[in-house]
Amino acid sequence: MFANLTNALDFQSKALVLRAERQRVIASNIANADTPGYTGRDINFKQAMGQAMGESSGLTLASSTSQSMSPAGTTHTRHIPLPSSTADGSGANGKLDYTVQTQPAMDGNSVDLDRERASFVDNSVRYEATLRFINGSSRTILSAIQGQ
Amino acid sequence: MSMFSIFNVSGSAVSAQSQRLNVVASNLANADAVAGPDGQAYKSRQVIFETVPMESPASSGVKVSSIKESNEPFKRVHNPMHPAADAEGYVTQSNVNPVEEMVNMISASRSYQNNVEVMNTAKTLLLKTLQMGQ
Repeated sequence: MFANLTNALDFQSKALVLRAERQRVIASNIANADTPGYTGRDINFKQAMGQAMGESSGLTLASSTSQSMSPAGTTHTRHIPLPSSTADGSGANGKLDYTVQTQPAMDGNSVDLDRERASFVDNSVRYEATLRFINGSSRTILSAIQGQ
Repeated sequence: MSMFSIFNVSGSAVSAQSQRLNVVASNLANADAVAGPDGQAYKSRQVIFETVPMESPASSGVKVSSIKESNEPFKRVHNPMHPAADAEGYVTQSNVNPVEEMVNMISASRSYQNNVEVMNTAKTLLLKTLQMGQ
């Protein structure tokens, strides 16, 4: 019964962890905007979120008839799924994509500082939005528990 | 918590950029210095940045790996009246290019400001996270 109450919180908390992870990646890009040979990294948020949700839901066993790859990375029910490869258990699963390079630079740096700043602001706003959703959900649950 | 490492990353960037500004200031200060008796004037210096991997693949800081001296030819000005003029009447000055140093300074200052802003935003978000649920 409690799973019904906390499902909404579960989704938002996974989103929050991913947003924090993406914040780190963008901060690293901004820090290395002048380093020669540095390639900018990013997290594909939609994909990472889908992976994080797919691992927690029990759908891998139920959809044995589907042809697509299951969220655990296996194509057959008898294959053993690989564990996620991050040491700190973050939702990005250790796979970072590369940012799109807009202007080639002589020193091999691929970071576009303006885009990184815009991404940083965007990510910050979404992080705060996720925080507010979590606050709202938890207050709703609390008021339901208290019976008001 | 994953966002705390942002302070390490941006802190390293701020420190690296301030070293770069330091080098720019040294170059500009010595732009008009003339060569001593050994014929070697001030050589313009540049910092070389290098990525420093931090706790996880998501975080990479930056550091100054070395300071390189430029081997551009020195500026020679014909001024026989100058006390440091050599036998042919030329005075050897440093090879600093002030325009290049100003551009370097603008770029370093912009990077510095960006990284300070990243730290401020991360701090605000973390403080808001602490107040979650209250």
